Amino acid sequence: MSGDIATSAWSSQQGAAALAAPSLAGKRRAFDWRVLLGFFLPIAVAILWEAAVHAGLAQGRLVPPPSRIFVTLWALAKTGELWTHTWMTLWRVVVGFVIGGLAGIVFGALSGSSQTLRRLLDPTLQALRAIPSIAWVPLFILWLGIFEASKVALIAVGVFFPVYLGIAGAILSVDRKLVEVGQVFRLSRAKLARRILLPAVLPEGVIALRSGLGLGFMFVVAAEFMGASEGLGYLLVDGQQMGKPDQILAAIIAFALLGKLADSLLVLATRPLVRWQDTVRERL
Amino acid sequence: MLTFEHLSKTYADGTRALSDINLSVRNGEIVALVGGSGCGKTTLLRLIAGLDRASAGAIKLEGEVLSGPHPSVGIVFQEPRLLPWLSVFDNIAFGLDHVSAAERKARVEHALEKVGLSEHARRWPRDLSGGQQQRISIARAFVTNPKVLLLDEPFSALDAFTRASLHEHLLGLWEETRPTVVLVTHDVHEAVTLADRAVVMQPKPGRIFDELPLTLSRPRDKTELPFETSVRRVLTALDHSLKPSHQKPQRERDRQAAALWW
Repeated sequence: MSGDIATSAWSSQQGAAALAAPSLAGKRRAFDWRVLLGFFLPIAVAILWEAAVHAGLAQGRLVPPPSRIFVTLWALAKTGELWTHTWMTLWRVVVGFVIGGLAGIVFGALSGSSQTLRRLLDPTLQALRAIPSIAWVPLFILWLGIFEASKVALIAVGVFFPVYLGIAGAILSVDRKLVEVGQVFRLSRAKLARRILLPAVLPEGVIALRSGLGLGFMFVVAAEFMGASEGLGYLLVDGQQMGKPDQILAAIIAFALLGKLADSLLVLATRPLVRWQDTVRERL
Repeated sequence: MLTFEHLSKTYADGTRALSDINLSVRNGEIVALVGGSGCGKTTLLRLIAGLDRASAGAIKLEGEVLSGPHPSVGIVFQEPRLLPWLSVFDNIAFGLDHVSAAERKARVEHALEKVGLSEHARRWPRDLSGGQQQRISIARAFVTNPKVLLLDEPFSALDAFTRASLHEHLLGLWEETRPTVVLVTHDVHEAVTLADRAVVMQPKPGRIFDELPLTLSRPRDKTELPFETSVRRVLTALDHSLKPSHQKPQRERDRQAAALWW
């Protein structure tokens, strides 16, 4: 099939031109079916487990078969419970991510752009980073109460450090050669920051935000473990206490989908900023 | 007139990159700095561009001391150094912040046409070949109409054919406004192709060994005998510059001999 296309391309003038200079639109249209290969393994395992439980080879009480997990998921979705919990978790992550991300960007920019400020800020921040973030939980509960504030604070702390490190590191590693181009054209400090430094740190900045978001999802679970009446993390704890492994797995699946969705949205939203990049990122 | 007066540069680690450079370059002249590695060619260029500070001495342009990046001085680096987030057009327009949009467009389009890349104006630098990128970089430097243009081995990473075509593009652009050009190169053929004068430098510490006028008429034919002779002269000077036994250049000894003769 693809051989046919290739032959016709070579034999026609137009096709040869297309092969010689593939347009951007052409690249986008071509879909590599091999990406579906990734689905093979999980689906195969699911089907095998389902069959094993049905055939009576396994009980499926502690490891429920996929069908039962989806029934639970469906039931949770129908009663609206799933959406309440998902929204709650998402709200916490988003608020924590915005606070921690903004703080990370500001402090990262400060410590990346001035050596004096870096000497001032960086040691303290690095020392704080060495503290396992979960260790803050008791203190945050004492300070901020057991409701939303302490949870959002924990998530913000989790998001802050990767963003801070990523932004500061990105600024420090901006190519001196490009900065010199700005100097030759006599850009002021502010213009140099806007026209050279800012665009140069964008790709790494996006990666820092993505890892921050990932940690945000990690910490929301910890936050919801420490006493919540809503949220996907609550579903996990509830499932454990009530002995409902299907509910735990349903919540895990919801977490996976939510995390992947949030990350994809972040990538999509930042793509226009970094579309000039000369990397294989598009293919990843 | 671009003049260097007792120009010296010693780096923080004590390396004497340049020592007592005295040279003047006429307006519109193309001077090639040639010499072995480590003789301070690039350092000299960075001093003129204002990217480094001289330890002693001064660089003057029309009598004005240059003490930092100057609007009348443009530079083309060894690498294209295009900003990857700007289109080809915006890269060329990078130094044209101060002019009106219409004029900017006109100037950039003219420069693009001159380097033969008009159809690529809207592409990203990543889509271009190394030679094309260097052409954009040359256009970016020319578009601000500098009085002095500095070229830091801009063609060294390119193959011979691309290099020859870039020489033509460069001379084409130079013909229009005739800026003073200081070209650093380690390619003697390139020096003889482009320059009006070759300044041979000597390392440790970097200093001027000899100056050779290249008075061939333009356009220069690389196959003719005068071209070959010039190349040989520069090569001989280079050869002598790298031999420690020749402490003083021929010229200096001639001068002393002349003094004795009196």
